[in-house]
Amino acid sequence: MIFLSNLVNGLSLGSIYAIIALGYTMVYGIAKMLNFAHGDVIMVGAYIAFCALQYWGLPPVAALLAAMLLCTVLGITIEGLAYRPLRQATSLAVLITAIGMSYLLQNLALLIWGANPKSFPSVMIQLPTLSLFGDQLKISGVTMMTILANIAIMIVLTTFISRTKMGKAMRCVSEDRGAAELMGINVNRTISTTFAIGSALAAVAGILLCSAYPTLMPTTGSMPGIKAFTAAVFGGIGSIPGAMIGGILLGVIEILGKAYISTELGDAIVFAVLIIVLLFRPTGLLGKPIREKV
Amino acid sequence: MSMLEINDIHVFYGAIHAIKGVSFEVREHEIVTLIGANGAGKSTILNTIAGLLRPRSGQVLFEGRNINAVPASRMVGLGMALCPEGRRIFQQMSVRENLEMGGYSRPAAEIAGSIEDVFQRFPRLKEREKQIAGTLSGGEQQMLAMARALMSRPKLMMLDEPSMGLAPILVEQIFDIIRELHAAGTTILLVEQNAQMALSIADRAYVLETGRISMSGEAKALLVDDNVRKAYLGS
Ligand SMILES: Nc1ncnc2c1ncn2[C@@H]1O[C@H](COP(=O)(O)OP(=O)(O)OP(=O)(O)O)[C@@H](O)[C@H]1O
Ligand SMILES: [Mg+2]
Repeated sequence: MIFLSNLVNGLSLGSIYAIIALGYTMVYGIAKMLNFAHGDVIMVGAYIAFCALQYWGLPPVAALLAAMLLCTVLGITIEGLAYRPLRQATSLAVLITAIGMSYLLQNLALLIWGANPKSFPSVMIQLPTLSLFGDQLKISGVTMMTILANIAIMIVLTTFISRTKMGKAMRCVSEDRGAAELMGINVNRTISTTFAIGSALAAVAGILLCSAYPTLMPTTGSMPGIKAFTAAVFGGIGSIPGAMIGGILLGVIEILGKAYISTELGDAIVFAVLIIVLLFRPTGLLGKPIREKV
Repeated sequence: MSMLEINDIHVFYGAIHAIKGVSFEVREHEIVTLIGANGAGKSTILNTIAGLLRPRSGQVLFEGRNINAVPASRMVGLGMALCPEGRRIFQQMSVRENLEMGGYSRPAAEIAGSIEDVFQRFPRLKEREKQIAGTLSGGEQQMLAMARALMSRPKLMMLDEPSMGLAPILVEQIFDIIRELHAAGTTILLVEQNAQMALSIADRAYVLETGRISMSGEAKALLVDDNVRKAYLGS
């Protein structure tokens, strides 16, 4: 039973990683860049929700929407101001800019909200707990909410990408930016939309994360950000199902590793597994083999 | 009337001066071909017209309007389509999705009808409607690239080496389709390595040599020109 309970916790943590990893993987697939500031958008989303609940007196759903909306604006702004001017630049220049943006967001958060950790309000505690096997396995409302949110996001996003005009435009830009332009696709707008979606998802992830682990600091987004990036690479960066599988596997490995091997080494185990997978599958679990251009 | 007019354009790749003052025109309802050896700059010119590259100086006029500053994604809306070198179809999308993307600039309600029209011309593609484009044969991929470009109903169709790497029978088919398009009223700018075929189908031709036009004239005249025969027709 303890194993099952650990597994459920792993699924829940993994769902958060998966939602964050989606942002990394979509931006990588479409804009061909690693947005290292993505983890910090999670933190900003959590702070906005925190303010909405604590100071503005908004109900939880409104707080969620406010965080999603403001993070969307933030994501579009970051892309437009920092990354768009570098569209023709080397990938190293873009990477350094992204790392700089990450520190900028952390320091702005420090300036606005201070260094003292905030305790994230436990709005989701009121959600009912699910008891199974005569109370032997208890699944909290937050856990269920997280897993369900992940499933819902996955379904909506997959449908969006495969069916809608904007989703198809994203796939075109991802495959061949020049050919996409020849079709009449506005590449800048498509990339902007990708950042908007990724950032809105980051806000959701931030709220779920802080509902499960309620300490909120300017650096809150860094570690989950790095792990979600790992998850995206693990699943095959650029692949949406890959982000899902990578995220969930990573969460489960982390929780089981902490429970059965060593609490201290939990994170080390996660990265060790990543290295082993990449040794055997350099493009990740679902990544496409890199085709050499002729 | 002049549909496309190129005035003394210079195009660079960084420090490389690829196009060194090229001027030419394509009149309405013409087939004009641009021939030249590897690296002469043929693709560079087509990509510049389509807005993927920008001339450092000189003008590109489409239907009398200067389009130097028009973004590439707006060109298709003006009525030109480029079927690019190497086909560049969307490999991971289905045949039908590729065609839908070709009609991206047009109202959604007209797309299904246009796809049916395109299937009339390319029955082979209809059989493979759901197939992932990357798994098509080379000839089928070329058909798809042309069909995709046609989905925008262009007034001016630019084709960059449509016969590249195809068996002779398929080359014939591709040129038949170009003739049909022309007969249906489309203006055509054709870039080819296969100078024999290109000259036999075109009204006028320009010969490009390392970024400059070295010869131009009636296609029929160039076909029997000694210099052209030596350099491009292998005789
Ligand atoms: N992306 C690029 N960067 C630098 N130089 C380039 C680039 N693309 C083309 N060139 C150079 O510009 C010149 C013209 O190239 P272009 O591709 O237009 O030739 P082409 O006539 O289309 O040749 P081909 O028949 O082989 O397709 C060549 O010297 C080529 O090396
Ligand atoms: Mg070429």
